[in-house]
Amino acid sequence: MAAATATAALAPGQALGVREVGYVEAPIRAFAVITAFWGVVGFLAGVVIASQLAFPLLNLDLEWTTFGRLRPLHTSAVIFAFGGNALLGTSLYVVQRTCRARLFGGEEAGWFLFWGYNFFIVMAALGYVLGITQGKEYAEPEWYVDLWLTFVWVAYLIIFGGTIIKREEPHIYVANWFYLAFIITIAMLHIGNNISIPVSLGSSQSYSAPAGVQGAMIQWWYGHNAVGFFLTAGFLAMMYYFIPKQANRPVYSYRLSIVHFWTLIFLYIWAGPHHLHYTALPDWAQVLGMVFSVMLWMPSWGGMINGLMTLSGAWDKLRTNAALRFSVTAVGFYGMSTFEGPVMSIRAVNGLSHYTDWTIGHVHSGAMGWVGFITFGALYYLFPALWKKKGVWSEKLIAWHFWLATLGIVFYITAMWVSGIMQGLMWRAYDELGFLQYSFVETVEAMHPYYVIRMLGGVLYLSGMLIMAFNLWKTVTSSEAAEPEPVPSSAIAVAAE
Amino acid sequence: MFNWLRDHGVIERNLILMGVLTLITVSIGGLVQIVPLFAVETTIERVSGVRPYTPLEQAGRDIYVREGCYLCHSQMIRPFRDELERYGHYSLAAESMYDHPFQWGSKRTGPDLARVGGRYSDDWHAAHLRSPRAVVPASVMPPYAFLDRPLDARDIQDRMRALRVTGVPYTDDMIANAAADLRAQASPDVDASGFQGRYARARQGAFDGDPGVVTEMDALVAYLQMLGTLVDFRDVTPAQLRQQP
Repeated sequence: MAAATATAALAPGQALGVREVGYVEAPIRAFAVITAFWGVVGFLAGVVIASQLAFPLLNLDLEWTTFGRLRPLHTSAVIFAFGGNALLGTSLYVVQRTCRARLFGGEEAGWFLFWGYNFFIVMAALGYVLGITQGKEYAEPEWYVDLWLTFVWVAYLIIFGGTIIKREEPHIYVANWFYLAFIITIAMLHIGNNISIPVSLGSSQSYSAPAGVQGAMIQWWYGHNAVGFFLTAGFLAMMYYFIPKQANRPVYSYRLSIVHFWTLIFLYIWAGPHHLHYTALPDWAQVLGMVFSVMLWMPSWGGMINGLMTLSGAWDKLRTNAALRFSVTAVGFYGMSTFEGPVMSIRAVNGLSHYTDWTIGHVHSGAMGWVGFITFGALYYLFPALWKKKGVWSEKLIAWHFWLATLGIVFYITAMWVSGIMQGLMWRAYDELGFLQYSFVETVEAMHPYYVIRMLGGVLYLSGMLIMAFNLWKTVTSSEAAEPEPVPSSAIAVAAE
Repeated sequence: MFNWLRDHGVIERNLILMGVLTLITVSIGGLVQIVPLFAVETTIERVSGVRPYTPLEQAGRDIYVREGCYLCHSQMIRPFRDELERYGHYSLAAESMYDHPFQWGSKRTGPDLARVGGRYSDDWHAAHLRSPRAVVPASVMPPYAFLDRPLDARDIQDRMRALRVTGVPYTDDMIANAAADLRAQASPDVDASGFQGRYARARQGAFDGDPGVVTEMDALVAYLQMLGTLVDFRDVTPAQLRQQP
């Protein structure tokens, strides 16, 4: 069935090669839908916990709804559920098209990944609410959930790699380098950081194998590279496919792609210790982390330039193509947060920013601005492509989504800059007699207005997401069907150049 | 002549080669930063006093982890003048050497807890946990009144055995007496010389105000009250604090 539709959309000259291919699409449609669903859930959870910090009554006096249990729910829903499903879904879409090969393992393999990965999400989320957690940020799922994810992830590597091996194109396209690095490195990090001893086989609880300082280093080696490889390398792969597609231009520089790829993956791994400045981690490790974090600025901006310059000669499309606007603004936010990050990794700056909301703001300019926007751009591209529609139901609603979300991010990150820097300064303020000027709780009180502004920013961002969900639903149910048209292959041509 | 664009073409045509090179590239940084830390003599300061948690304290720590306290409270004091005055001596690596997992935290929505032990009374902690705003009106902490329920620590020996596998030096004697020690620490009137011998400087108390039932509140307060109290900094010399060989 899928094969027949794919063939119908082909130019005569290409028909032969692709009739044999018959891309797997049904599981990818499911990935696209659930990405939007988890987006709503994750952003809603964010709004809830942001409200709890402004109005603690919203903890509701129940053990399952405290900030401490819901915060991992929010971070996992956004990173692993929304971001993860976007990565898995787009990677399966992109790898087939850039390799001109049907998914290795076919439809069943795609469905296994879909159900297997989302089973992991649900198991992890249930655990958080019930208080089952390893107590390590972004690695909260307990040992049995970790084992299941490891199994799914190895299958993912085999399915993704198998498709590349079957490819009709001589070269592996640059987007697939990034997806591959993402899959391999996340496997390494996930296994490395989750080595733990279960209390018993019947117990959901476990203790991490490393303790104290070694545990901290391993955790932030994992934690920072969850940012580097889950939230960056994987989404850069999306940038390298969807921006050229949407702009109908080849990637700006092939050489820059090569330099960008290898330097980024080499340098990122070293950056973890900047989460541990001035802690009991030995100084040599902190300094290494700082130096490599600053160096990381260069490949990050190399990637940004490669993404943005892909639009040269096509900048006018930003006026007419609202989805492309998301993808390009995402790269702008990527550039901004990859500049802010190295600044914050400098020990003197970190002395002020660490432990404050500045960090939270930084993470959100990356997560909402980069990860969120590049995903929105990809979804606006994918829905019409996967459901064979002429376009998204309403361009106007995409524009509404864009401006609401952008305004939401601006509210969010400016509030967190102000509150973070203010709190950092208040903690170290002395009065004229040489005593600490503020008690801790006075600094908490001073945060209140910024917590309210941050919450409003989240509400705006969530509203945009709801508009998107509505727009995508209308696209599937009522948009005009697409005319048969030739399959463009401009993005592939770049790698083969 | 070396032509890196052409040579990279070789990598781009070979999935296995690209995968292996990627794995090597991403392994280097982690290996350099992590492996040397296991050379304990250069990482952990040579101070005395740090001991494994008592069964009740460990049970309390498990509740601390379960409730995600680390998401708002750090346990890592930095060597700054204001942190010294606000929280006390900067945290040592040695002080978390039996922490599986570490709970240094990354955010201070609330204050650091690395040395909160002994700063407030047991009653204050219990009242504050039950209803934070009754004690600190501007607090944004969730209430934890539900901790006033019996502590389920039937698997405390399994927990200690698992911790022993990870390297915590629990003796057979400690594991054999785990349940009794747990009860004894929460019952101020029970004679517990054996318990005191096994865990130096451990304090008995009716942590939640009621010596009758051992509750989750007892365990959590017992844990909070020992945080940062094990190393006596009056006995520590600068040479012992150095992390170099």
